[in-house]
Amino acid sequence: MLYAILCYHDEDFVGSWTREQDAAVMQKLAVVQDGLTKQGRLGPVARLLPTTSATTLRKDDPPVVLDGPYAETKEQLLGFYIVDCNNLDEAVEVARDLGAANPGGAYEIRPVGLFQPGGSLK
Amino acid sequence: MTDTAWIDAALTSARPQAVGALLRYFRNLDTAEEAFQNACLRALKSWPQNGPPRDPAGWLIMVGRNAAIDEVRRSSKQQPLPEDEAISDLGDAEAQLAERLDGSHYRDDILRLLFICCHPDLPATQQIALALRIVSGLTVKQIARAFLVSEAAMEQRITRAKARVADASVPFETPGAMERSTRFAAVAAMIYLIFNEGYSAGGDTADIRGPLCEEAIRLARLLLRLFQSEPEIMGLTALLLLQHARAAARFDADGALVLLDDQDRGLWNQKMIAEGLALIDKAMRHRRSGPYQIQAAIAALHARAARPEETDWTQIDLLYGALEIMQPSPVVTLNRAVAVSKVRGPQAALDMIEPLDQRLSNYFHFFGVRGAFLMQLGRNDEARVAFARAIALANTSAEAAHIRMHLDRLMRDGAPRDAKAGK
Repeated sequence: MLYAILCYHDEDFVGSWTREQDAAVMQKLAVVQDGLTKQGRLGPVARLLPTTSATTLRKDDPPVVLDGPYAETKEQLLGFYIVDCNNLDEAVEVARDLGAANPGGAYEIRPVGLFQPGGSLK
Repeated sequence: MTDTAWIDAALTSARPQAVGALLRYFRNLDTAEEAFQNACLRALKSWPQNGPPRDPAGWLIMVGRNAAIDEVRRSSKQQPLPEDEAISDLGDAEAQLAERLDGSHYRDDILRLLFICCHPDLPATQQIALALRIVSGLTVKQIARAFLVSEAAMEQRITRAKARVADASVPFETPGAMERSTRFAAVAAMIYLIFNEGYSAGGDTADIRGPLCEEAIRLARLLLRLFQSEPEIMGLTALLLLQHARAAARFDADGALVLLDDQDRGLWNQKMIAEGLALIDKAMRHRRSGPYQIQAAIAALHARAARPEETDWTQIDLLYGALEIMQPSPVVTLNRAVAVSKVRGPQAALDMIEPLDQRLSNYFHFFGVRGAFLMQLGRNDEARVAFARAIALANTSAEAAHIRMHLDRLMRDGAPRDAKAGK
């Protein structure tokens, strides 16, 4: 079974780390990740840019584009895509296409700051 | 990360919200600040033993409020409460408290705090000092160091600012919708000034003053979260990130200024650039241009060029043209001239800045840029005069050293060289 592990934290807190503190945490995480990679168990890893860079597409009829992250709590996170786009407009278009195929709910669109494609899973 | 480093980071990030809420209770900056300090002291004692609370800001607000009320009671010699009573029932209170702090006040509390720091009665220097002290939580000593003044002078500046705010009887009520939209611009300007204080530091003081840039970025993000759909705040945040991304490349080992064209672009912080570019992208969708967005777009064109030759100077010229219309200023024209020199040559650029010499007669960059254009045109004697004037007007030793390099070159071979203008 593949598992997704979703990372939640207070971004003010994480954002207030100094560069050294941030690097120290990443270093420690890398140790864990390396172990998984060697076992052929680690898929893609992504670190998202802060929520200030987020845009939300609410899949209403018609769909509405809003600045900021998805703030409602009544829906649950059900999945995610990683899509290569030249700019935010393209990403919003992709989200619209997906939304047309599956209306209702919302997509939060977040630029990926750091992406490790990962090895092929065994 | 050690325990204390974690706690410091948690206290720093909770600070604006906590001080903002305490200000709502006490309507007095000093009381709010003291209450927060007290809460921090208790956190340093309690958190390493009991673990950090789920909602650090909520914890600090409640403990700070209790401590301040306690203080009032003690000073009026009424039933002093035992020290630890405030803390002992925290475990039970926390869940309840977190519910109450559901964020409905969050926005207003932080806005009020920022608006007070940017009160129109305060001169810019006091606005900056107050914001760094109250919102960012830098110590007076740290702020004094960053502004290269004595601690006593900075203490006085902050005290004066607080007194003025008190005299002006700043309303502590929730800022209205109108007030929000008119005053966020003042907050943005204050944040930009803080950034510039750090950015304009010479190589010799960059270590001391550089953190101001990071503080400004933190404040810009905070403001952006309060005004999520305001493209100018996206532009401001992007601008600061893109400028600061070059920090590691802007000075050489001797602290001398390294021009954009000569910088090792491998030292640019790609994470900050990515975030800056993403924010400009987001701002552009609003089709509501503004000065911060344009400046950010210019910085983005530099950031996107892997090598200096790949810089899209034509586009930069156009963007400065748009900025000139929006925000006419001789400094903008001077910056535009640098782009013009790349696109249409030094003569066109020189023609553009000649009419500015009255208004920029005391501006270092004007003479540096003018000298560089003249040197490119082979008018070496005039270039020397311009460079000498620039050195006399230099704000930092790094600036002076940089111009002296041009002068030395002129003295040495007297021939026109591939001079580089700009900053």
